[in-house]
Order: sequence, then C-alpha cells, then structure tokens
Amino acid sequence: MTVLLAPETTADAATIIRDAASSGTKLRLAGGGTRLCPGADDEMPVLSVRALTGIVAYNPAEMVMTAKAGTPLAEVEAALEANGQMLPFEPMDHRPLLGTAGEPTIGGVFAANVSGPRRLVAGAARDSLLGVTFLNGVGEEVKAGGRVMKNVTGLDLVKLMAGSRGTLGLLSEVTFRVLPVPRAVETVVIAGLDDAHAAAAMATAMSLSVEVSGAAHLPFIVAGRFSLGAGHEGSATVLRIEGLPHSVPARAEKLVEALKSFGPVSRLGADESKVLWCEIRDALPYAANRDKALWRISVAPTAGHQLMGAMRLQAAADSFFDWQGGLIWLQMEASVEADFLRRAIGHLGGGHATLVRASSAQRYGVPAFEPPAPGVAALNARIVAKFDPSGVFVGGGNV
Amino acid sequence: MSGAIGFLEPRADVLARRKMIIDDLAELLPRDGLIAEPRRLVPYETDGFISYRRLPLAVALPRNTAEVAAVMKYCHRYGVPVVPRGAGTSLSGGAIPQEDAVVLCLSAMTRILELDYANRTATVEAGVTNLSISDAAGPAGYFYAPDPSSQLACTIGGNIGMNSGGAHCLKYGVTTNNLLGVKMVLVDGSVIDIGGKHLDSAGLDLLGLVCGSEGQLGIVTEATVRLIAKPEGARPVLFGFDTSEEAGACVADIIGSGIIPVAIEFMDKPAIEICEAFAHAGYPLDVGALLIVEVEGSDADMAAQLEAIVTIARRHGVKVVRESQSAMEAAAIWKGRKSAFGATGRIADYICMDGTVPLGQLPYVLKRTGEIVAHYGLRVANVFHAGDGNMHPLILYNANDPQDAANAEAAGMDILKLCVEAGGCLTGEHGVGIEKRDLMNHQYAKVDLDQQMAVRAAFDPGWLLNPSKVFPLEGRSNA
Ligand SMILES: Cc1cc2nc3c(=O)[nH]c(=O)nc-3n(C[C@H](O)[C@H](O)[C@H](O)COP(=O)(O)OP(=O)(O)OC[C@H]3O[C@@H](n4cnc5c(N)ncnc54)[C@H](O)[C@@H]3O)c2cc1C
Repeated sequence: MTVLLAPETTADAATIIRDAASSGTKLRLAGGGTRLCPGADDEMPVLSVRALTGIVAYNPAEMVMTAKAGTPLAEVEAALEANGQMLPFEPMDHRPLLGTAGEPTIGGVFAANVSGPRRLVAGAARDSLLGVTFLNGVGEEVKAGGRVMKNVTGLDLVKLMAGSRGTLGLLSEVTFRVLPVPRAVETVVIAGLDDAHAAAAMATAMSLSVEVSGAAHLPFIVAGRFSLGAGHEGSATVLRIEGLPHSVPARAEKLVEALKSFGPVSRLGADESKVLWCEIRDALPYAANRDKALWRISVAPTAGHQLMGAMRLQAAADSFFDWQGGLIWLQMEASVEADFLRRAIGHLGGGHATLVRASSAQRYGVPAFEPPAPGVAALNARIVAKFDPSGVFVGGGNV
Repeated sequence: MSGAIGFLEPRADVLARRKMIIDDLAELLPRDGLIAEPRRLVPYETDGFISYRRLPLAVALPRNTAEVAAVMKYCHRYGVPVVPRGAGTSLSGGAIPQEDAVVLCLSAMTRILELDYANRTATVEAGVTNLSISDAAGPAGYFYAPDPSSQLACTIGGNIGMNSGGAHCLKYGVTTNNLLGVKMVLVDGSVIDIGGKHLDSAGLDLLGLVCGSEGQLGIVTEATVRLIAKPEGARPVLFGFDTSEEAGACVADIIGSGIIPVAIEFMDKPAIEICEAFAHAGYPLDVGALLIVEVEGSDADMAAQLEAIVTIARRHGVKVVRESQSAMEAAAIWKGRKSAFGATGRIADYICMDGTVPLGQLPYVLKRTGEIVAHYGLRVANVFHAGDGNMHPLILYNANDPQDAANAEAAGMDILKLCVEAGGCLTGEHGVGIEKRDLMNHQYAKVDLDQQMAVRAAFDPGWLLNPSKVFPLEGRSNA
C-alpha cells in the first residue's frame, strides 16, 4: 500500500521534506496523482499538494490568476469560465489514458508542463506560467518570477520548475496568465489524405495568414474513433480556426479555398469542433485498450510522418498526429520498440519519445523519458543536486 | 553618472599573465580574431549603458562554435573571466567588460544557416541581427516576432541573453516564447545542444533557463527560432488623451475586455514631442498622452477590433483617433516609436528604466513616477510597451553635472522600487546587468537569490562567466 502524505500547510510539507532528507527516505511528489504512472515506484511514499487548495487571487481584467498548487483544475477552469477566460494551452486530462482516478490539480498541470493542441500557436503551459512558490529538497520555501507578463529579473527558475515533474521541488503556489475564450470556433476537415500529403496540407495551412489554432492528422485506422460527423470517410486532416464570430467563417472559407486541391474539404461547427478537439487533446481513442503501450513523441512537424513511415515497417502500430504533425501519439500492438524508435528520431533531426503507458514487463530496461546526451545529462544532474542535494525527490513517475 | 555601481576586483593573477593570455588566445583564433591593442579595445569598453566603462583584457572574435569552444576551454583552464557580447546594445550594462576579462564577441558569426518554412523555423548563428531574420524570411511570407527597437543592430545571441521583447510581443510573446533550440558552449568548452525544431523540451527546460540568463550560463553560438506567417494586414492607430492617467486606464480596460491587439505602445507629452520632432510621424501635439494600438488580420477583422477599442477609448475621454491611411503612414508611426531612445539621446542624456507593473497599477505608477522625478528636480519622458505593463521612464539629465547624474540614478532606483511595491518587477526586458544588480534584494528574499545562484553554480561554479552582473556582489554563494 502506498503511503500518501497530504499536508494542509506548506510548513507541514517542509517538515515532511526535512524529515525525509535527514532520515534518508525518498518521496514521490504529486498533485492529484492522475498523471502518476501506475506501477512506477509504487512502494515509495507520495507527498501530495492536494490539501493545499484555493484560488489566492484572480483579477480577470489583468488576466492573471494565483492558486495554491493543489487547487483542482476543475475549480480553476470553472472560475475562468465564469469570466469568459481559459488556460490558453489546453491541458489534457490523463485519466482516460492511464486509468487513474482523482482530481487533476493546477500544480500538476504545470509540474508536468501539460499542453494540448493550441500549444502549436499559443505556447505550452510553461509559457503561461508567471510565478511559482516551491519547497526545495531541504524544505526551503523559494519564490521565483512574479505576476507580470514581462519579467527578466534574474534566472528564469519558473521555466525550470515547469515540466520538472517532481524532480526539483514541490510546487506550492502558481501564478499564471489566462486568455479570453475565443467566441467562435470552426474546424476545416480534409478527407482521405495519406500522412505525407497531410503534412504538406498542414504546412500550407500554417503558412497562411488565417491563424490556425490547431492542426492534427488522424490516419484512417484511427479516424473512425474520433467524432468527425456522420458520413466522414477515410483519414481526416483537421484544422481549427478560432476568434471573433464574424471573422472565423471568413478565415475558414479562405482556408478551404487554399486546401481544396489536396482533397475533399468539409467544415465542422462549434459544438462538433469542441468535442473533436477534446478527443485529440486527450488522445481518447487510445483510452480503450489500456493494456497496450503508448508513446508520446515530439519531433519537427514535417518529421512526424517520416518517423511513422519507418515505424510501420518495424512493428504493428496505430498513431495520430497533433501540432502540425510534430506531436505523435503512438500505440503499440506488441513490443515497445524503444531502441528503434529513438534511433529513428535521432536520424530525423531529433526530438524525444516518452513511454506514457506500458506494462511493467514492457517498461523493463526502457527509460520512460528520452535519455539526454551525456553532456546534458551531467548538467541536469548538477541542477537537480542544487535543488535536492540529498536526493529526497524521486522524479520520473509522472508523465 | 555617479559611478556608484561596483565591479568585482580584477583577478591579479590574470592581470599578471596578460601577455601570455593574449598570445595564447591569438593562437586559437584566426588572424584578426583577437584584439588586444588598447586603442582598438575602446569600442568594447561599454554597451548601451554608457555611463560605465571598463577596458577588457582582450576581445576575441571567433568565427564558429569550435573557436568559441577553444577560447572557453582556455579561459576555464587559466581562470580568465569571460564576458559574452553580441552587438553591445544592452541598456543594463550586461555586456560591459572588466579589466581581467576576455570579451567573447559573436558579431562575426552572422550566417543564417537554414530557413525551414515547412517547419516554420530559422536556424542562425548567434551574431545574426534580429531584423535580418525577418528580412530573410520576409519574401516567403514569414517573420520573426520579437522586435526590440534596437532590432537593426542587436543580435539574436544578445536577445537570448536578455530574453528581449519589443512592441509586438503583446500578442506573440518575447524571445523565450519564440525560441526552439540553441547550441551552447559551456564554461569548460564543452558543447551542448538544447531543443531543436520540435516544440517541447525533453526533461528539464534548460532552454527556458538559458533564455534571459545574461551570459551567465554559457555562450550561445547558434539558435533555432520560430517563424510566423505574416498577417494579412496590420494597422497602427493613434489614440490621443488629455492625461497619462486616462491613457493608462484605457490600456487596462482594453486588455480587460478580452481584446489583445498586437501592440499597445504609450507615449506621454514629452515623448510625443521628442519623437515627432525627430521622425515627423504625424503624432498629434495637442494631447497629453498617446497610445499606438496596432491591430492585424483581414480588413473586416481589423475593423471589428478597432470598433471595440474605439468604444473603450471613448469611455476614457479620447480626444483624437487617427488611423494610418497608408503603409507609409504606418511605417512613419512605428519609426517615430522605435527611434524614441535615439531621439531622446539627441536632446539630453537619459537613463531608461524598465520595470513592469500589473496593468491596473499603470495610472498610479505613472503619476508617482512623475512625482519622484520632479522631486529630484529632473524631467521624465515615458514611452513604453503599455499592453504588458512594461514601463520605460526615460529620466533626462545632464551627464556633465555630477549632482544631476547622481539624482538621475537615485530617481531611477526609487522608480524601480515603486514598480516592485506595485506588484511588478525590476526589469521587463532590458535585464539586470550591473544597473539593477544591487536592487535584486529588493525583489527577492535571500533564499530565492541563493537558489538562483545555486543553479548558476551548476553551470559556472568558478564565477567566470560575466561575473560582475545580475547577483549582488555581497553575499554570493556557490552552494
Ligand atoms: C536604442 C535601443 C533600443 C532598445 N530597445 C529594446 C526593446 O525594445 N526591447 C528590448 O528588449 N531591448 C531593447 N534594447 C536593449 C538591447 O538592444 C537588447 O537587450 C538586446 O537584446 C541586446 O542585444 P545585443 O546583441 O546588443 O547584446 P549585448 O548587449 O552585446 O549583450 C546582452 C547580454 O547578453 C549576453 N550575450 C550576448 N551574446 C551572447 C551569446 N551569444 N551567448 C550568451 N550570452 C550572450 C551579454 O553578455 C549580455 O549580458 C534597446 C537598446 C537600445 C540601445
């Protein structure tokens, strides 16, 4: 049984960390635990911020919110929605994919730098994060950044904490920028393209001044598992347009004009678009078979289809593309093929692959995160030691 | 200037070995790649923060990453401080050298290595100027978004050093939001690659850490940045108000209404007069404050956004609304704004502050800034990126009058403290350098600064890289 520690104050959390440091115990840091990989380090105690909750400050006119790290994401999003605002980076919900339960927290979102389709143009979670308070591995409470958008005062530890996945410190409070919810949304769909033509179509779309806010390609083997509207057949290359009500149809029209030479083009309205982009965000088709291993791969947009071309010759796999082709969700039928995959990524100009989901047998001998080059690995280790000199935090258990 | 800001004591052992160091470095670099003659060192003795000057030991002008690495390896071995430099336009003294330091100047590394339109990236050497990226990608319909007013001169390496911003960053973000990868030489001469053409980083976000690190963590030799498709159209519009407070309140309301224009720039009366006299941009002279609001998109889009903005401006008593009628007028409007510092420099000496405040505090901070400067018997011109609260009061003074200079420096410090107290920060885009170094304790607690210095020590435990900058000289730690 995993021990769960959920202190109600940062002072208590600091005491737990200090005690662990002096007794040589290790801690896994977590928010709601919805992104903890099941099976990884299950025996280690979890230190969670889930009892440090509450929105501390929210000024809609300044588009900035400060919240305790354990505040449920749902609470944050509800408060934003009531003011017509949102998190620009569309954080995904990992629960369906991983089969985890519980409430995702805002701290967890930033600690894992969780970003969805709009990341292509609006930045990742790290780009919206303005300030943090965290407890380092000796239990000191450290602040970095602030609550203004432009801030270059000193080293940017805010970016470093974003995506540090519990390796550097326990986030206790986060301040982040929000944006108005676009008032209108539509999706342009091209049917029937193969991966290479889809990559070309998406590159064309991104070259136009129509401000595409999402570009994904759903190959035919998965397309049927997305809500593409009755009558859709074959693969779907989908491009999202958002903004002011009168301008969205005009831009969608322009996009249709530019893309119709690629294949049959249709349009999805607001409601259908919202459903579809949530499915893409959460990689929902791959929630159905949780016994199959799942990779999340980040490469240059035009390298995505080449990588999948190589992969398909190697092993039975099922995949779709977000971020103009640069983000690949890859579900493996059998073995995880980590070496082949990572070598192929290297050949195609670099990037990285994360093993988001796998059985413990499949995980054996396979690093979940891309092993960095030796120079970078050494630097990372030195940085980690500056936050957590006695190695209290075991990272890597979060996707 | 009063010269109150100290530098580290030069390392006596380094000074003693000056000749040997120069000879050895010359071996590592191509002919003309090393400058050591005092007369030829003078152009490197300061940067855009001209009130402080120090002659360096030598200036190295490498042509490629391997030469940068060789110089770093040598300096590391012999404990020679290194001050990285791009174009030397820093306004905070970030590139000012010191007597025992080698200036590692990237200005000879100016190749654009790749423009990859399908992936919307540009890969360039660090000495490439900011504007030349947009110039190179322009014909294909793309641009590089962060646009510091110094963009004709400043380098992408310097932009990364300072995490520079510009007028159009309100919509597109600053350097860190547009940077995808770097090649970097570490203090010991080893070379690492961070990021690439893919969007998110693997593992720790070293790219985010390096951006804005002011040459403290390593030497950036190449960068991959994001290109963005040019908008269909863009139009700057002038909004004139009676008072700065009205204009400031209008900015907060525009953003609060959910409209995010590409740029909202602010000028007060002195700034309007200075810029208009210099650039003949057609700014109205009978107003107390001016906003330049740029909208972009299709004609219909721009019209819709403008209509909403005009409605808000009317609530704040806007007196003049003037749309640019042609591309030439639009260019003149931006030329006036972007030459604001140069134009000011023609009429007086000035120091430029760079604090950022929450938008709601703009009217109050503008008012207090005026009072502070008046208290010291000086004048101020305000011209800044209002949409993100990044203020630039230019404090005008006479550099030949030591008392005036001391007053200007004191007024600047008071203004920066005011920004912090208003919930903001010391610097929004110009960096800490030496200028704001001794105010860091005002924004951060000791434990916060210690953590930053600890991270710095993971890269450069011996304080060789740009050592007199960013962190107060007292209480430094290597923990
Ligand atoms: C008239 C004028 C207007 C300006 N307007 C703006 C503006 O609108 N917005 C804005 O943000 N700034 C502005 N600035 C400030 C300045 O131009 C920027 O900070 C710019 O990014 C500096 O670039 P540089 O190449 O001149 O770098 P430098 O001044 O040479 O160096 C800047 C810093 O970066 C470090 N550095 C330089 N190159 C490297 C490298 N290759 N690797 C590692 N570290 C390096 C240096 O050590 C130093 O700390 C302005 C300056 C002037 C003079």
